[in-house]
Amino acid sequence: MAASLLLHFGEPLLYLIGIGYGLGRFIGEIDGIPYFTFLASGFIAWSAMNVASMESMWSVYTRMVPQQTYEAILATPATVDDIVMGELLWCGTKSLVSGSAILAVASMLGAVHDWTAIFTLPIIFLTGLCFAAPGLIVTAYAKAYENFNFYMTLVMTPMFILCGVWYPITTLPEPVQRIVEFLPLTHAISIIRPLVVGVPIENLVVHLGALLLFGAISTWIAVALIRRRLVQ
Amino acid sequence: MLLGQSPRSGGVLEIFGKDINVHLKSIRQKTGIVPQADNLDPDFTVAENLSIYGSYFRLSRKSLASRIPELLEMVQLSDRAECRISTLSGGMQRRLTLARALVNDPKLLVLDEPTTGLDPQARHMIWSLVHQMKRSGKTILLTTHYMEEAERLCDEVIIIDHGRLLAQGSPVNLIKEHCETDVVEIRGEVALAITRDLPESFRCDRSGDSLYIYSSDTFRLLEWAESLQGLTSLHRKTGLEDVFLRLTGRGLR
Repeated sequence: MAASLLLHFGEPLLYLIGIGYGLGRFIGEIDGIPYFTFLASGFIAWSAMNVASMESMWSVYTRMVPQQTYEAILATPATVDDIVMGELLWCGTKSLVSGSAILAVASMLGAVHDWTAIFTLPIIFLTGLCFAAPGLIVTAYAKAYENFNFYMTLVMTPMFILCGVWYPITTLPEPVQRIVEFLPLTHAISIIRPLVVGVPIENLVVHLGALLLFGAISTWIAVALIRRRLVQ
Repeated sequence: MLLGQSPRSGGVLEIFGKDINVHLKSIRQKTGIVPQADNLDPDFTVAENLSIYGSYFRLSRKSLASRIPELLEMVQLSDRAECRISTLSGGMQRRLTLARALVNDPKLLVLDEPTTGLDPQARHMIWSLVHQMKRSGKTILLTTHYMEEAERLCDEVIIIDHGRLLAQGSPVNLIKEHCETDVVEIRGEVALAITRDLPESFRCDRSGDSLYIYSSDTFRLLEWAESLQGLTSLHRKTGLEDVFLRLTGRGLR
């Protein structure tokens, strides 16, 4: 547990402090927000995505394949749906721990500007759930741990770079912006950043709805695929 | 198939008189399985493995709190309750899996090759636990490749080869029905010439590099075995292995 926490929250913390302060001195403010705050709010969302994705891929695969844990569970009245829901909730919980740890440190360093930041906690959990589901889809297809690298490099890393963690998406060329606007991490950041900064959230319903829709569809597909894999 | 994990190509499967398609959950509630490959959870201790598994059957914490020490006592793992799974030997893990299969006090216990890969001591311990389960009135379904195990433990045996049912009955009856009473086993380099002048009541069979001479005429068989010179021979009563060999034919599978 301690090792896991260190990895999941130590790494973003290093990025945050190292780059946030460093770059922040050059950049100053973005859209009226001190860069350190801007980056911290992006990192909270990113960490939620990252932790949930890692858990839903590496850990779920480990339980499913080498440990054969799910096979053991399926000999009881518990069903595949129970297993999938359980894993989603667990991924959400881990995201919540990691995201709130970063929030806590950021607020100790003076980066959080309003008590409304407390409302990021349910959003962090939700973001975790919504990213755990596509992770489960990847896991349902995975034949080896290496397969996860595709998802990481082709899906997660581009989102990390483009969805507003490091700079506003308005910096991107118009056509790219149109695409990035739809990505789920963008929506998560659009809710979390205003809460941390203490300004009203624009289009809350749209962002929340998009995130939930993404999560719901992914969950529905994930359950079907995992069930197919476990009940051969 | 018994646990709804593999699809069936046809036919009807009922357990406890209930159709598995309709009553899967309630069937699982009363079934316990010891799978061929251990799937204990390395993230939890011995006791935690039992309590978490118990929770999947919606057993209350209170009932589990009293049940778990009993189960550990029965499989002689009481002193290992707080240990990690990785610190247990193969035999201990198998015993723990058996305890886990009993956490919900099942009516039907399914054991899939439970003693494969275990040393003789561990095997005997599992066998005595199975006897205990039998005495407590549980129905036990055992699959095994060890004929000795089937002979020791089973009231009723079914021999299946390539998906076909070859024979069914109690071990004693199967042996009586399909085999002579005694056998002399000769190992090593054997000149088949010795089989040329065998009396009519002897049946000869070969498996691998062992030659088996069967007969229900114990005295003559022993007499003949005495006359063999320079050969290692072993005389014993026939068992299920001989039945199996007879029914499935010779050669490697």
